[in-house]
Amino acid sequence: MAIVVVERKKLSFWERTYLPQIAGGLWITLKNLFRKKVTLEYPEQRPALPARYRGAPTLVKDPDGREKCVSCQLCEFVCPPKAIRVSPGAIAEGSPYSHIEKAPAKFEINMARCIFCGLCQEACPESAIVLQKEFSVNGFDRKSFIRGKADLYEKGGVLPDNVMKWRKASLNAEKSKGGR
Amino acid sequence: MNSFEIFLAAQTSGAAGWIAERASLSGVDGAGAAALYLALKIVFGVAAIGVVMCFAALSVVVERKVAGFIQGRFGPNSTYIPYLMLVPVVGKTLRRLGLMQLVADGLKFLFKEEPLPGHVNKFWYTLAPIISLSPVLICACVVPFGVFEHGGKATALAAANFDLSLLFITVLGSLGVYGAVLAGWSSNSKFSYLGGIRAGAQMISYELVMALSLAPVLMWIAPRVSSPFNLFEIGMSQSGMWNIFAQPLSALLFLLALFAETNRQPFDMAESETDLVSGFHTEYGSFKFGLFFVGEYGHMVVGSSVFICVFLGAWSPLPGLSWPLEWGAWCGVLSFLTFILKILAMIFFFVWVRWTLPRFRYDHVMNLSWGKLLPLALANFAAYMVLACFIK
Ligand code: SF4
Ligand code: SF4
Repeated sequence: MAIVVVERKKLSFWERTYLPQIAGGLWITLKNLFRKKVTLEYPEQRPALPARYRGAPTLVKDPDGREKCVSCQLCEFVCPPKAIRVSPGAIAEGSPYSHIEKAPAKFEINMARCIFCGLCQEACPESAIVLQKEFSVNGFDRKSFIRGKADLYEKGGVLPDNVMKWRKASLNAEKSKGGR
Repeated sequence: MNSFEIFLAAQTSGAAGWIAERASLSGVDGAGAAALYLALKIVFGVAAIGVVMCFAALSVVVERKVAGFIQGRFGPNSTYIPYLMLVPVVGKTLRRLGLMQLVADGLKFLFKEEPLPGHVNKFWYTLAPIISLSPVLICACVVPFGVFEHGGKATALAAANFDLSLLFITVLGSLGVYGAVLAGWSSNSKFSYLGGIRAGAQMISYELVMALSLAPVLMWIAPRVSSPFNLFEIGMSQSGMWNIFAQPLSALLFLLALFAETNRQPFDMAESETDLVSGFHTEYGSFKFGLFFVGEYGHMVVGSSVFICVFLGAWSPLPGLSWPLEWGAWCGVLSFLTFILKILAMIFFFVWVRWTLPRFRYDHVMNLSWGKLLPLALANFAAYMVLACFIK
């Protein structure tokens, strides 16, 4: 490849003294001095989080107030740092949802381990575990980072569900029973 | 007579002298008056050091605040003292201004563990920060912070006011570099060593420029004052016109040299983080580092005072104006405030330049000094020499 000799611009006398450039620079920084500040003063001001922000994982209920988790343990399996521990339990015989068969007896997420990756949310077949907006998880000892089932449901709350597949399933089951 | 004797034998017409004279009028005389005089001198010296130290501390806050503002941040604004926050407006203002951050930093320097690395020359390593700070404090006693009327004569508001004060302050001020050189050498680390060498080389190169830029000013005012080497007289001679307008080139050269001597960006070769970790104070921590830190800012304050005295009209509020001496004590207060305001403006300028210009390369700094500034200063000097002949 041929060597291209770049033609340098001839500097004028003032440009070589560098002084007008300094003055220009000073003017720019002076203007910046009065510009609106971009700092978010964190503990007092909170950032506006986007709708699909991935904060701490929580467990959610459907609009009927039913716990959505069926303790399939897929989230436990997929979680890279093994933050989730699910102990499956049975749903009582008399419950209207007894056809689901399983619900977690215990569900623990160790927030000291969780890396907010969102794989649990992706893996969950029931959309029962959702990463919501909490981003600042603090505690004074390691135990306080382990969140139990009640805690997770409280943090998760109720999310809208357009499908309600288990209600349909139970209706179908009743229908087929009546048709017979 | 060495400089210390000059310093002691200094003046008899300073502010301390004024008070001592009042005391002797009211019956105290002989040894009593002498003791009182000495005690007052010490009090004034401590006061002058206090002013400079306060400003050194304040300039740290200014530095951090202005840095923040220029970069679109707020700077330190969260540190607070709980009980102080109970005071309605004051507590909040102090917090927002970041002044409490200063207290926190100072306490941190004071209470941190005092490490003494095993590989250093312990004696000089410990002495270096002290050597770097003390010249600044001594210089503080010579700075005339204001002017007031005493016995029909204008008198300097300074702990010491004597005929060679300008020389004294430039000589002692540059002694501070020994601190950097010793720190660099005694730290037994290559980064520190390079930093120390750079500090020394830079000081030597820019000291010449500084002295040569002062010479034309002295020649300029010499016909009008009785002793042109006296900072106070230089200040007084500018009640008509500030020297910066009469000698813009000298002022520019002096300012550049001042930046280099106080080790400020863009000339902070001695501690350029990009290539030397932290330069001559790489191996220092806690209080010893704090001394270097304060020394650097103190140097800035004293350096700006000299610049103000010599070029920026000292205590005159605007070019061509000066506080009338007939106002007595008010003249003293107003001139003091004017001077303080000018120091603040200078500190702001220092900081402003720091956050505007990138650091020079080391060889460029040397080249600038020996290749450009020194010939320019010499030419300036020669030109004024010729001019002075014609003026006479
Ligand atoms: S949260 Fe979802 S993936 Fe995890 S056990 Fe419950 S249903 Fe399965
Ligand atoms: S977000 Fe990631 S790390 Fe946290 S619980 Fe879910 S799968 Fe585990």
